Amino acid sequence: MTDRSAPGGRAASAPLVGRDSEPTIFELSRRGRASWQLPTTGIPDTPLEDLVPDNHRRDAAVDVAEVSERDLVGHFTRLSHRQYSVDLGAYPLGSCTMKYNPKVCDAVAALPGLDSVHPGAPAALTQGWLATLVELEEALCEVSGMAAATLQPAAGAAGELTGLLLMRAFDAARGEQRRRVIIPDSAHGTNPASVTLGGYEVTTVKSDGRGCVDMDSLRDALDDDVAGMMLTNPNTLGLFEEDIVEIAAAVHGAGGLMYYDGANLNAILGVVRPGDMGFDIVHLNLHKTFATPHGGGGPGAGPVAVGPHLAEFLPGPRPVRLGDADGPSFGWATPARSIGRVHGWHGNALVLARALAYIEVHGGDGLLRVAERAVLNANWIRTRLHGTFDVPFDRPCMHEVVFSAAALHKRTGASAHDVAKGLIEEGFHPPTVAFPLIVDDALMVEPTETESYETLVALADALERVAARAEGGRLSESPRTTPVRRVDEARAARTLIPTFDARR
Amino acid sequence: MPDYLPHTEEDIDEMLAFLGLASLDELFDVVPSALRIAGGLGLGTGIPEPDVLARARSRAERNGARADRLVCFAGAGAYDHEVPPVVQALAGRSEFVTAYTPYQPEVAQGGLQAVFEFQTMVSRLFGLPIANASLYDGASAVVEAVNLGVGATGRSGVLVSAGVHPHWRAVLATFAAGTGHRLVEVPLEDGQTRWDSVADEADIGAVVVGYPNYLGCLEDLAAVRSLCDGREALMAVVADPVAAAVLRSPGDWGADVAVGEGQAFGTALSFGGPYLGLFACSQAHVRRLPGRLVGETLDADGRLAYVTTLRAREQDIRREKATSNVCTNQTLMAVTAAVQLGWLGTSGLAEVATRCARATRYCREALTGLPGVGPLTGTTATFREFALRLPVPASTAVERLAEDGFLAGIALDQLVGEGGDGSADAEAARRGLLVAVTERRTATEIDLFVAALDKAVR
Repeated sequence: MTDRSAPGGRAASAPLVGRDSEPTIFELSRRGRASWQLPTTGIPDTPLEDLVPDNHRRDAAVDVAEVSERDLVGHFTRLSHRQYSVDLGAYPLGSCTMKYNPKVCDAVAALPGLDSVHPGAPAALTQGWLATLVELEEALCEVSGMAAATLQPAAGAAGELTGLLLMRAFDAARGEQRRRVIIPDSAHGTNPASVTLGGYEVTTVKSDGRGCVDMDSLRDALDDDVAGMMLTNPNTLGLFEEDIVEIAAAVHGAGGLMYYDGANLNAILGVVRPGDMGFDIVHLNLHKTFATPHGGGGPGAGPVAVGPHLAEFLPGPRPVRLGDADGPSFGWATPARSIGRVHGWHGNALVLARALAYIEVHGGDGLLRVAERAVLNANWIRTRLHGTFDVPFDRPCMHEVVFSAAALHKRTGASAHDVAKGLIEEGFHPPTVAFPLIVDDALMVEPTETESYETLVALADALERVAARAEGGRLSESPRTTPVRRVDEARAARTLIPTFDARR
Repeated sequence: MPDYLPHTEEDIDEMLAFLGLASLDELFDVVPSALRIAGGLGLGTGIPEPDVLARARSRAERNGARADRLVCFAGAGAYDHEVPPVVQALAGRSEFVTAYTPYQPEVAQGGLQAVFEFQTMVSRLFGLPIANASLYDGASAVVEAVNLGVGATGRSGVLVSAGVHPHWRAVLATFAAGTGHRLVEVPLEDGQTRWDSVADEADIGAVVVGYPNYLGCLEDLAAVRSLCDGREALMAVVADPVAAAVLRSPGDWGADVAVGEGQAFGTALSFGGPYLGLFACSQAHVRRLPGRLVGETLDADGRLAYVTTLRAREQDIRREKATSNVCTNQTLMAVTAAVQLGWLGTSGLAEVATRCARATRYCREALTGLPGVGPLTGTTATFREFALRLPVPASTAVERLAEDGFLAGIALDQLVGEGGDGSADAEAARRGLLVAVTERRTATEIDLFVAALDKAVR
């Protein structure tokens, strides 16, 4: 029994039965094991030497891992047991809208007639997909109050960059070359990063004492060099920008465009539309608002919808309805002054199909109920925990509420980070911490509409217990119930081990 | 009708009373009343799940090009590879599917370790020490590779082989409008990039080449390496990860960055997405790496643990100075790829690549033997894809072959329409058909396909 591999059938890394680490698949590997089975093809067994010229052929096979199917299943099943997920429990991660994702959407995405279709097949052979995309685009335009959309952007940040390039194209078409884009200091980090990649400079405007855009600061920043403003509404503090009409008028007055970051659209579904607020460009995070599972960090989808004045610049080709009664109902068309492609194919199609199913099953009335319940839950949490934590901007919120643990931190030494780790021991995924940047020790709670009253009560009780434990100075040890305890992030960066081969 | 919202009327009343509100509507008093939607969204009322499924099925029925109905010879970056039930079962586990980005590593060790294993596999495949947690798709990986090259060298010129997928070049051009990169397309001749045609180009920060290129041809990467050495430019190889199983790795050829489309590893054709971008680079560029990176570390008790690392590169911390704006990536597809590669293992991965090469040879020889049909790229070695010159427009052939049960390939003019292919004239492109053959294709399928194409082009 020399040189044996780790045992693939030992479950000790699963929290159910043990506290061990899970070996990597490379440690479970043993020379000579295999799982793969490939179809019988009847193709002649031409030697590789005759197929690939010598100077191009690699000397040795890529060493992946060699495991039995049983050990493969054991390994990834145990890994799954070491992973929190929405299906397991509440995930009140502010700004991320971790709602429950209806399984019917997954069932739609798994239909062979959708998931086995090649993206390069001619339009005549993909009419069902084109219909799906066109209907989704129309629904998203209705939700956002826009005229046309591109479904290509693969994520919210990709949508932002697409929107900024639309801004550039719009500017260029009117013979201008504006250089600056305005962003509030409460914005998501993707906003400024996208602005830079879009070839613009960031101008940050302050928030006022109410947590909203400071109108004086905005007016000072506006001139004819401003291409536009990116804004999330409700903003990242979970507050509705009540001056939105004035903000839009000021930006439009300076010749700029209004960009809506759709990260927080869940709060206003069926209540108010970005287009009606004065926005010209809108990205929607389908993985947040329209319940695509987040997959541990993707895939998402970030379609961009625009007003009629920007439709001619949209990425192409776009799925379109055709007027021809005899021919196919749908086809592809590239807008006249398109900025070009932003995705290798048509966007994250299966995510798009899920979103359409979600919209259909909810309908306009259901989407309104989604927003109402999301806002109800957030306000209930805000009110209930008022006093346990500070609420820096203390007024009715929308779908999320930002608490501050700064006073607790000062008094007890326990930071928002510690509170998060303490909450894990209580059986909940923590809220977002340390964002937005303008709140010290921020704890951003977004319960979402799919958590019940009982769950909210349990979450609030848990946060109260965590705060009480902080008073006793007992949070630094948390979490103690997880597969690993606090991880040394500094060490990971200092001694970089990004692969098994870098392990010494 | 029941929906997904758990609130009873009683719950709502009690919660509203706690807030001192009389109605749900009052929650939105902060929204100026003039802006409120009157009469609700024009989306109709919700319909029950079975009806939603029925609608989706009926749309799906209108897709003729399903891989279970048309035998797939189409590729161009999206391939019909074998995905076993075990991969679907594991990658479909809801713990992986319904998690978010691992901001709290103590409750995300499963996903983090799976991505760590994925990074290791990509690193080994591409022969480079660093691989990230994935990007959106092959196209976005190329964009990020160019951004890294320009950022690392401070030179904005980029030589891009016309052998890079035309759609990906199109995406590169779109984003260059923002970054200001100067893209210089280097034409193909007989399936090989004509680097000599850009000998006078100066101020080059990166050189981008496909391996194999989108026509399936193997290019001389030693020449690309020496071109980069002469200009101190970064060498970015757009590699087919299945081909990489039997070809010399990009790292072995001296690439600084290797990128690719990872769909072939366990992800269905999916009408083009979600796929995943693969991204690997040398140690020298790790601090310019785009996207997430998982690293190994220890927990408070000294136990092995995983965490996203070098976070200071990323947008949520560095904001406008970040190396990339990527936040969400394609983690689920990366986990899927790790499972698929684990299932294939060392021998299976080599076997898939070898079988692709064999089937491609078998199919190419038969097709190019047909009267009027010839290879578009002469005798250049190809891997699992090749371009044909047909006596009829390729789109016509594709249309006719669909009636016989085949998705015959991709008409080149459809593919290059937006990006331009930098070489072939329009008429040649119109008659060019790109054919891909994977390990799933049987000799019988290929024989029937060849006979059907013969009939279709006569």
